[in-house]
Amino acid sequence: MSTEELLAEREEYKYGFRTEIESDLFPKGLDEGTVRALSAKKEEPSFMLEFRLKAFRRWKEMTPPNWGHLDIAPIDFQDIRYYAAPKKKQELSSLDEVDPEILRTFDKLGIPLEEQKRLSNVAVDVVFDSVSLGTTFHETLEKAGVVLCSMSEAVKRYPELLEKYLGTVVPIGDNFYTALNSAVFSDGSFVYIPKGVRSPMELSTYFRINERETGQFERTLIIAEPGSYVSYLEGCTAPAYDENQLHAAVVELIAHDDAEIKYSTVQNWYAGDRKTGKGGIYNFVTKRGRCAGKRSKISWTQVEAGAAITWKYPSCILQGDDSVGEFYSVALTNGKMQADTGTKMIHLGKRTKSTIISKGISADESSNTYRGLVHISSRAEGARNFTQCDSMLVKNNCSANTFPYIEVHNDTAELEHEASTSKMNEEQLFYLQTRGISQEDAIQMIVNGFCEAVIKELPLEFAAEAQKLLTLKLEGSVG
Amino acid sequence: MLEIKNLHVSVEGEKILKGFSLTVNAGEIHAIMGPNGAGKSTLAKVLAGHPDYEITDGSITFLGKNLLELEIDERAHLGLFMGFQYPVEIPGVTNLQFLHSALNSKRKSQGEAPLSEEVFRELLMSKMQEMEISPTFAERDINGGFSGGEKKRNEILQMAVLQPKLAVLDETDSGLDIDAMKVVAAGVKSQLDDENALILITHYQRLLDYIKPQFVHVVVDGKIAKTGGAELALKLEEKGYAIHQ
Repeated sequence: MSTEELLAEREEYKYGFRTEIESDLFPKGLDEGTVRALSAKKEEPSFMLEFRLKAFRRWKEMTPPNWGHLDIAPIDFQDIRYYAAPKKKQELSSLDEVDPEILRTFDKLGIPLEEQKRLSNVAVDVVFDSVSLGTTFHETLEKAGVVLCSMSEAVKRYPELLEKYLGTVVPIGDNFYTALNSAVFSDGSFVYIPKGVRSPMELSTYFRINERETGQFERTLIIAEPGSYVSYLEGCTAPAYDENQLHAAVVELIAHDDAEIKYSTVQNWYAGDRKTGKGGIYNFVTKRGRCAGKRSKISWTQVEAGAAITWKYPSCILQGDDSVGEFYSVALTNGKMQADTGTKMIHLGKRTKSTIISKGISADESSNTYRGLVHISSRAEGARNFTQCDSMLVKNNCSANTFPYIEVHNDTAELEHEASTSKMNEEQLFYLQTRGISQEDAIQMIVNGFCEAVIKELPLEFAAEAQKLLTLKLEGSVG
Repeated sequence: MLEIKNLHVSVEGEKILKGFSLTVNAGEIHAIMGPNGAGKSTLAKVLAGHPDYEITDGSITFLGKNLLELEIDERAHLGLFMGFQYPVEIPGVTNLQFLHSALNSKRKSQGEAPLSEEVFRELLMSKMQEMEISPTFAERDINGGFSGGEKKRNEILQMAVLQPKLAVLDETDSGLDIDAMKVVAAGVKSQLDDENALILITHYQRLLDYIKPQFVHVVVDGKIAKTGGAELALKLEEKGYAIHQ
């Protein structure tokens, strides 16, 4: 089937096309040789190879987690390709030299990379299958002292920072997928904000899976030195293949004294066939931030609208006194999608504060679960948490679940929890339409009303995109 | 303005309207009365275009167009307004956003430039003042936590903003105490002129004391059993619907 035919068949997922390019591929399968070959390919220093081998040995002893409210078919980890990258003729000195076919791909995805067409106030790192193709606005950022580069580049240019921080927030053996990622991660983004610097623009990474039967294992590390600020956003899409594909990422954030990191995600991986559930990405991601310094702040905002299965819990370790953790989430499931997502707020420091706002929307035959932990340690005097979990059901065959876990070891803590479940029904749509509002706008209005508290946390450039994405996803389910 | 001919409507296989016909001209007020289950609310829903109602026979022409071929929002753009018996609550969307979007949709369909939020806010505030509605209404969620009376008043406010050619008010008087009903009735009345028309669907005569119809129709078993002037409503109040059944 040609790309065009595939597209026509799945017009509701317009990102489902494949780019026809020649790729440099590893054979399928994973053993110590694969790990060594990957490290050699990336010309890594020995500490990185050691890190990977340690992780690989750990991984071999572990089993996939099965506590999620998810139905996951067994995954054959030997039937996955662990490296795929577009073949290139020579080293690229700028993004403009990237294969025109790939440039066209990103144009189609709404992320133009050519100098004159770029988004004006957002620097982008582009990850295509296993490698980063490069970053935009290099000079502007360099002038401010801000580093946004691929992980591969960071390994060469900032080995001391990597050695110091990699695996300190998400330990290698945290879970099965962090061990796997630590062994085979191929690229991702590295961000460093020096002391007292406010990043002059939004930083972002766009993740694109292109090859068949290939896993994407990316690694992101963001370090915010004292008094610095950065807002970072990631987006993701993939072709519509009939086989499931694994995306197992690890993201680590470190915020020192008075530093703030705002991390936003708009996830739109291919979700599989809407009726049969065939294909789609398994999105198994571990994201965690450490508010290491006093008065530091880490804020996660996610719009999870794609992937066949989503298993992720962006979390905050609130270590510094008076540090703040936030989690704002919209998770939308339709077709046969499954999502088990939420957060962990670990209060260690005094007067630490966390806010959790979770909005789940489920439609068709999908399953949507919020799972969250608020842990107040014995020395977290005066810690506070506010949690709000709302679910919206669209029609009757879907399900929504909420699993809030609370562990309080200090009786000065104050916790608030609110939860609600509502239905988007035909009567609401009818009502708005009788006032002259189109069906599309009516869905958007209802969904936006429901998600408003989360969407307003997204960078302005992406809030409208996210709203459109949610509306588009729901149109077929409501009409 | 509106011509309904021999309308047959089913919902979930059950026949509700069975040969309903009605003609409404500009400047007229029609009251539709009748016992529960006669098909009064069905008529309102069908006119507005509710997807659950299946039209098996008949025709509806509104301002020269085949109404049944139009989408719900297109009917509104053309000048049809339905006042709901049970207005729907929509969390997170303010009345201001909602009405601003509704009016601009209509303006767009007529090739008019959209109103800025600032200008619209002014317009809304003046309409609310006319209808003795508190300015806090604007920022409240659509019908969220409104009392029955507030919801009905909100319907009439929407009508005032959208200025329809034909308003069909489905039991707008139900659930209102006498003072609230006076306010609502005054709000409706202030909007009537020679250019527009009104269909009042009601159980009770009392609303008709405030808004006097030229025509009263009694609907029984899916069609109009009797048509008369305002005095017919008084007679019904006295003797009930039994004589027409």
